[in-house]
Amino acid sequence: MRKSLERYFRTDKLPHIWCPGCGNGIITGALVRAIDNLKLDQDKICVVSGIGCSSRATGYLNFNTLHTTHGRALAFATGIKMARPDLKVIVLTGDGDCAAIGGNHFIHACRRNIDITTIIFNNSIYGMTSGQYSPLTPVGAYATTAPYGNIDRNFDLCKLAEAAGATYVARGTVYHVPQLIKLIEKALLHKGFSVVETISTCPTYFGRKNKLGSAVKMMEMLRDNAVSVKAAEKMSKEELSGKIVIGEFTNVEAPEYTEEYMKIIKRAQGEE
Amino acid sequence: MSSSPRLMQGNEACVEGAIAAGMRFYAGYPITPSTEIAEIASEKLPKVGGKFVQMEDEIGSMGAVIGASLAGLKAMTATSGPGFSLKQENIGFACLAEVPCVIVNVQRGGPSTGQPTLPAQGDVMQARWGTHGDHPIIVLSPSYVGEVFDLTVRAFNLSEKYRVPCILLMDEVVGHLREKVQLPDPATLEIINRKKPDLSKISHYNPYEDYDGDGIPPMANFGEGIPFHVTGLIHDTTGFPSTKPEVTEALIGRLMRKIYNNIDDIIDFEKYFTDDAETVIVSFGSPARSAIRAVKILRNEGVKVGLLRLKTIWPFPRKAFRELPSTVRNIIVAEMNYGQLIEPVEAACAGKFNIFGLNKFNCELISPDEVIAKVREVNKNA
Ligand SMILES: Cc1ncc(C[n+]2csc(CCOP(=O)(O)OP(=O)(O)O)c2C)c(N)n1
Repeated sequence: MRKSLERYFRTDKLPHIWCPGCGNGIITGALVRAIDNLKLDQDKICVVSGIGCSSRATGYLNFNTLHTTHGRALAFATGIKMARPDLKVIVLTGDGDCAAIGGNHFIHACRRNIDITTIIFNNSIYGMTSGQYSPLTPVGAYATTAPYGNIDRNFDLCKLAEAAGATYVARGTVYHVPQLIKLIEKALLHKGFSVVETISTCPTYFGRKNKLGSAVKMMEMLRDNAVSVKAAEKMSKEELSGKIVIGEFTNVEAPEYTEEYMKIIKRAQGEE
Repeated sequence: MSSSPRLMQGNEACVEGAIAAGMRFYAGYPITPSTEIAEIASEKLPKVGGKFVQMEDEIGSMGAVIGASLAGLKAMTATSGPGFSLKQENIGFACLAEVPCVIVNVQRGGPSTGQPTLPAQGDVMQARWGTHGDHPIIVLSPSYVGEVFDLTVRAFNLSEKYRVPCILLMDEVVGHLREKVQLPDPATLEIINRKKPDLSKISHYNPYEDYDGDGIPPMANFGEGIPFHVTGLIHDTTGFPSTKPEVTEALIGRLMRKIYNNIDDIIDFEKYFTDDAETVIVSFGSPARSAIRAVKILRNEGVKVGLLRLKTIWPFPRKAFRELPSTVRNIIVAEMNYGQLIEPVEAACAGKFNIFGLNKFNCELISPDEVIAKVREVNKNA
């Protein structure tokens, strides 16, 4: 790691709890590089997470940090952003944290278009509780609670976010790091609710249960299966099966929630 | 200047008290019989530059309240019945992370959807032990509309002072009742704000260090230039998780001590005619009103009866029972449930008195006649 990035980490809290080959460190690193590239004011950043391996990232990051309850990071973040609209609020969440127990808060934060950047660490499994299936586990995959194969159909989180009203939606992977950094930068600059789903690797639980080989092999799978948004447009449904479409899906402008609330205050005070 | 007297509903007095205490954030989800609190907050808060948000559920409301409080705003949520159940996990977070906030529960009949429009007091134990684990909490219960205002202010003050969630445990009768209220002059109100770290004395701020030795760590807000970490995991004084037994014990011990060492500041009760009483009624919330009426009528007949009206329910005001005169032989606990407050009363009295329950669990208010009948029955048999 570059020395200049050390100030974004609580280096005394390292080493981290993540397993060898886990993608969480790569996503955390990409976030920090995006913040550094944009020269954002460190004191004006608040990072909020839920519960899970990925949500432990807040403990290592040197900002105002809040490690909340399972699935509820976006609710806590909504209160922070409303109280202090001048803060840059970033939510870090796992696929289970965001889409299972936190699914309701996720769609409603999208709908409100509140200016929060959400980075989803999607490792297709519940890592912290050691390998149960999540709403992002593919059909047919194995998990400790799907010993005969998973029959739950998985979400497309980007489509879900877009349909719910998020105004910036993108997907990256822990293999395509330069692109991931760019996507996070754009999400951070976006006014409104922005989502970057990051496909990550969990060699310990997802990889082992599904006989995917080493962490390197899992990385290679990300490389081989990724398709850009542009390329995907020309592909059939059959061709796209098993592929990971990466890039920007949505980038639109819409009224932002805390700004709209400031108008409410003016209206209530008879200034409008 | 205090305004002229107004006819006001309990739920409205709650919002008035909250804003007077400095509430600038409200998050909630509608539920009878607390809904007016959300409606009135949505109207009044933006007028004072405060913020209101109707969240997608009570879990989210409680989360948003904690977030707003950590970012420096005094924050409140209100709910009833099922909504109070949903808030419990995040109330526990506020207990452990020591985030000041006020939770109003306008009690209705339960369990489950229960009796949505009718009064009850079935959440006495849930208010104390609703979230999991050992934890401190403060619970206040008003009997009058004017007192709703006072106790809401007090709930904010205690919450800010001790960095603990404070629950205002109302019931449907008090919430929906309209009474003449003379709101106090805001300038005369004592308003307590959370203690901030004195950065001229502290070189490195540890968010959970007991710098002053009073068990209450000074609290910085997010975005004030001192980055710090807040977690729902057991943490050391730096705010970071630890699994060490000594850290766990120190934290839980301090959380409890900061409340129990200040119990005289926190507990609040009123005594009516207890000085020479042989029988004392113990009550809170709306049934206490019927009990006062009953005491007046019985006293006119020469019956030596008094009332202990509890305004602080938790921590339980044991002192009120220690102070009872030696004339007392019988205690009657009047509550709109199957018998909840009676348990800590029994524990506090430790066999000193004969204790009887006057319990009504049909979601009707206990009437003065019912209190009178119970006193007569007890006096006859005892
Ligand atoms: C209310 C509640 N239910 C269940 C749990 C147990 N739990 C902790 S983390 C977790 C799943 C985390 O999975 P994910 O969000 O995908 O994150 P990961 O660990 O894979 O990064 C669960 C079920 C909890 N902490 N709280």
